[in-house]
Amino acid sequence: MRIGIVCPYSWDVPGGVQFHIRDLAEHLIGLGHQVSVLAPSDDETPLPPYVVSAGRAVPVPYNGSVARLNFGFLSAARVRRWVHEGDFDVLHIHEPATPSLALLACWSAQGPIVATFHTSNPRSRIMIAAYPILQPALEKISARIAVSEYARRTLVEHLGGDAVTIPNGVDVDFFAGAEPKSEWQGGPEGRTIGFIGRIDEPRKGLPVLIKALPRILEEAPGTRLLVAGRGDEEEAVASLPEKMRESVEFLGMVSDEDKARLLRSVDLYVAPNTGGESFGIILVEAMSAGAPVLASDLDAFEQVLDGGAAGQLFPNEQADALATAAVSLLADPERRAELRARGTRHVRRFDWSTVGADILAVYETVADGAASVAPDERIGLRARLGLARD
Amino acid sequence: MPTLTTLIWIAVALLLIGVYLSWTAGRLDRLHARIDAARAALDAQLLRRASIAQELATAGVLDPAASIVLYQAAHDARQAEEEQREVAESELSQALRAVFAESAQVEAVRAAPGGDETAGELAAAVRRVPMARRFHNDSVRAARALRRHRKVRWFRLAGHAPFPLAFEMDDGPPPVLADRAQ
Repeated sequence: MRIGIVCPYSWDVPGGVQFHIRDLAEHLIGLGHQVSVLAPSDDETPLPPYVVSAGRAVPVPYNGSVARLNFGFLSAARVRRWVHEGDFDVLHIHEPATPSLALLACWSAQGPIVATFHTSNPRSRIMIAAYPILQPALEKISARIAVSEYARRTLVEHLGGDAVTIPNGVDVDFFAGAEPKSEWQGGPEGRTIGFIGRIDEPRKGLPVLIKALPRILEEAPGTRLLVAGRGDEEEAVASLPEKMRESVEFLGMVSDEDKARLLRSVDLYVAPNTGGESFGIILVEAMSAGAPVLASDLDAFEQVLDGGAAGQLFPNEQADALATAAVSLLADPERRAELRARGTRHVRRFDWSTVGADILAVYETVADGAASVAPDERIGLRARLGLARD
Repeated sequence: MPTLTTLIWIAVALLLIGVYLSWTAGRLDRLHARIDAARAALDAQLLRRASIAQELATAGVLDPAASIVLYQAAHDARQAEEEQREVAESELSQALRAVFAESAQVEAVRAAPGGDETAGELAAAVRRVPMARRFHNDSVRAARALRRHRKVRWFRLAGHAPFPLAFEMDDGPPPVLADRAQ
């Protein structure tokens, strides 16, 4: 199959959607399909052979933060040329409901279009105002994919219609086969807790974990907290008493290999995120690596953890409940082993072999009985008025 | 002079309305084409499912009672008239769920020569039917939303195209075949 994938965000900036597209493209190429990814990128950035640059994204204030977007005639022309030259059987766009390259691609192409909705933003005034503008473009999408049941619900609420749920994929064996690192492993003198995520983003929940830490250290002395992620380390531990600060180790940004090794090593992985998550890929990665998971009870997390069967949940933002759960888990190796076993079994459904097969099934379903993707040739004003000569 | 200006403005307004209506008609046309493609895909998936069910029923790997139930349901689904189609396909879903209620039946199919592929095809078919149906009904919904709009009704932009209908059926797959953790 010839597959065109449109990435809405800059290729050179790391992010969940970009990683998902990279892994999907590589998985599909591995299966023998022809894949081309169109992504915004600086022209100097080295790109993998399957990525085509759509030009630099321009920073624009949008929806309360600065978004890097592509728009204008130049980008539109590049999209049209890519669609024309690719002659794809199916076009797969990501995040089409934001003003991005994906929306532009949706606007300028016709044929079988598949769209994946990653985020589940609460209904905003912008969305309501933009609805009549978005609708004609979104109508062209033949198949919608939501990354979780939660994302699907919000999608149905906001835009109507329906979507199939296909989770994000993870290379389970990459995490399962990582070598544990002895300095990150707990021993009889104290267990280790892992946290991965931006330190300075409260949404990721490190403050909740830090608030729970004094009680954890009191009841399970010797416990170490390993934090991997960007941000101000001084500020993160500022609320802790001086002597407890050395129990927190900051590892900074880690590579994919080190991330897998960290997850393989820790005795407990804690995801205290406070909101804004539509999937929770990190939980899947932790389960793949065989780490017992303790997570806040966000809708998305509850679903990834099979309603709490594959990992333990605590009430969101409640540091006390987090501390209680963490202490009891750290003291109970049998319960941890049980969570580990259930997680390892549960996680197979998120492996790329399963997720990739489902996505391919969607491609085949929409490509069946439809022409291939082509630029959407707009009818000119003359033709519309019946004045065209041919 | 003012009359001429007014006339020009009226002409411009009419022209813009005309272009807008023409554009809306184009949108509607594309939606109808999308429904046709989705319906063709749904038909293909339903037929594929019925064929594999019939193949299994006549292969002799299942016990006679299960074979007959499955054969009857698959046959009815393939032969059903358009009005009976939704009911017949739902009955095939129920028959599949009844026959493959436990994993032992799936194991029996797998154990037969070439059974692994057949079981895989059946699992793929029962997963793809709900998918294709969802895409079809989604396109129907989009077309209906536009067709209900005043501009489409007043100016009869939909022409003689029939009002699109969703395809309603019970498409629940047998749990043993739908379990992705296997």
